[in-house]
Amino acid sequence: MIFNLINRKIFTLLKVQYSNMLEYRVEIALWAISGIIPFFMLNIWTNNNLNESINISDIMLSRYFLCAFFVRQFSVVWVVFSFEEDSLMGKVSPYLIQPLNPFFRYFAQHLAEQITRFPFALIIAFFFFIFNPESLWIPNLGILLLSIVSTFLSFLIQFLIQSIVACLCFWTEKASSIERLLFIPTLFLSGLLAPVVSFPAYVKSWIYLTPFPYLIDFPANLLSGNETNISGGLIMQILWIFLLFPLFKKIWSAGTKKYTAMGS
Amino acid sequence: MVQNIIDVRNLSKSFDISSKEPGLKGTIKHFFRRQTKSLKVIKDISFEIKEGEIVGFLGANGAGKTTILKMLCGLIYPSEGSILVSGYIPFRRKENFLKNITLIMGQKQQLIWDLPPIESFYLNASIYDLDKFEAKKRIKKLSEMLEIDEELFIPVRKLSLGQRMKSELLAALIHEPNILFLDEPTLGLDINAQRNLRKFLQKYNKETNATICLTSHYMKDITSLCKRVICVHEGAISYDGKLDLLLKKLSPVKEILIVCRSEEDAIKLEKSGFTVKNKIKNEITIKIENNSITSSLKTILNNFDIEDLFINEPPIDEVIGKVLIKKDYDI
Repeated sequence: MIFNLINRKIFTLLKVQYSNMLEYRVEIALWAISGIIPFFMLNIWTNNNLNESINISDIMLSRYFLCAFFVRQFSVVWVVFSFEEDSLMGKVSPYLIQPLNPFFRYFAQHLAEQITRFPFALIIAFFFFIFNPESLWIPNLGILLLSIVSTFLSFLIQFLIQSIVACLCFWTEKASSIERLLFIPTLFLSGLLAPVVSFPAYVKSWIYLTPFPYLIDFPANLLSGNETNISGGLIMQILWIFLLFPLFKKIWSAGTKKYTAMGS
Repeated sequence: MVQNIIDVRNLSKSFDISSKEPGLKGTIKHFFRRQTKSLKVIKDISFEIKEGEIVGFLGANGAGKTTILKMLCGLIYPSEGSILVSGYIPFRRKENFLKNITLIMGQKQQLIWDLPPIESFYLNASIYDLDKFEAKKRIKKLSEMLEIDEELFIPVRKLSLGQRMKSELLAALIHEPNILFLDEPTLGLDINAQRNLRKFLQKYNKETNATICLTSHYMKDITSLCKRVICVHEGAISYDGKLDLLLKKLSPVKEILIVCRSEEDAIKLEKSGFTVKNKIKNEITIKIENNSITSSLKTILNNFDIEDLFINEPPIDEVIGKVLIKKDYDI
């Protein structure tokens, strides 16, 4: 019963946010295109034969970066910026007195954006295979499903991390500047610029204890067929979600007590 | 007996405010060592509101009216004291409490800007667990009451301010709340839109017996909707009672312009003992206390040859303006 109600709320939120996102289809196409950083990195890696040092073939590397592009497309999160703007403009106030946590709105907004983004990402992948026909492969269904789950878990981790940072808006108006601190480790340690396997062994052992490699590196390796510890990766993703969710709830509860409803 | 739906006891609210001296020196000092002080914006206030009442909160800018409303609806946490609204502690934001209330802030919107209002209505309906059939029924009823129809299907960004405000109201009332918190709902609306909104609120109150707490700088909103007002001055209540009593207290006399048949009659009237404000030829303006209007007019009509007379009420804005700058009104 409760799940039905929540599902209905989420479904309606998704429907409405999807309609809203379709109003911005050009922007979404541009955002999708702006996410092609893994392809630049692929170019740098292959032109400098850097992959030889980590024993990954050119084909596997190009698949990795294509998958990194896909994972990034479906796990990109900007909730801290939305919440900060809404908070400063006083838009959070009406949401706070509705029987639904405002973060569900942002969650639905992100999911709707991902659905809108999907065809554009497919078109970019299509062109990628036109220029790199040797990289074309079809992952088996089991791996594909696990990769979708893992990408979704990666999205959840990023959404929770950013939501925690967003809640700092209750104490400081500019929580997005704190998010900037997370941007650098996310960029370097997530696998967006280089597969984590390319890091020195002693650094790697530390990196795997953070949530960053589970954001892009793990799902991208999984989908591209590179060697990876599937169960270990999925367990770590779930563990991070279990760790971050109560932290979010706690900081949300403390933050709303500090809320001053400024701008409204 | 009508029940109290809102019960506020010794409520206070303080905010931490940081201050900065002007100039470069002040900026550098502010960067290294912020000075914050606690500012008490609501000071130990108590009041009750009965079910179905429409209460106006009056006060100058920064007096604390909106802060009170925000605490009543659970948006902000009180520093001291207690609040019970419909049996709930607002700040706990229990689902049943939230389903019972709504907050409407003039010029602040919850509608999705790029979509027609109808999409936001259905979204709100699902947030408040209304099924599609019930939502449709309520949208129809409220849109008839608010006299909006085609606007429901036009993107919000293309609606006029008045149309948008009506849509905001519909979105905020779709769950049929028992308690409405309205913070300057007519802000920026033209005269007709203001009147329509007031008419709608009266009708809503009559049909649903909803309790309405309202702040407004437009006195017409207060006089046409509220029998009771709570005046807030620097965070404290300076008056809580009937609006007409307050008006009588604040303006105990009325000005009466009397047009006499001849100037001689006007001179005679001038010398008859009434307080005269001015006299121009055969027109004379006198001041009469509210409680002796009937007897005084009877005397004037019986003893003088009068062509016409006009009773002037003092402008309500001017009268209420006095409340906003004074600390106490004992009636």
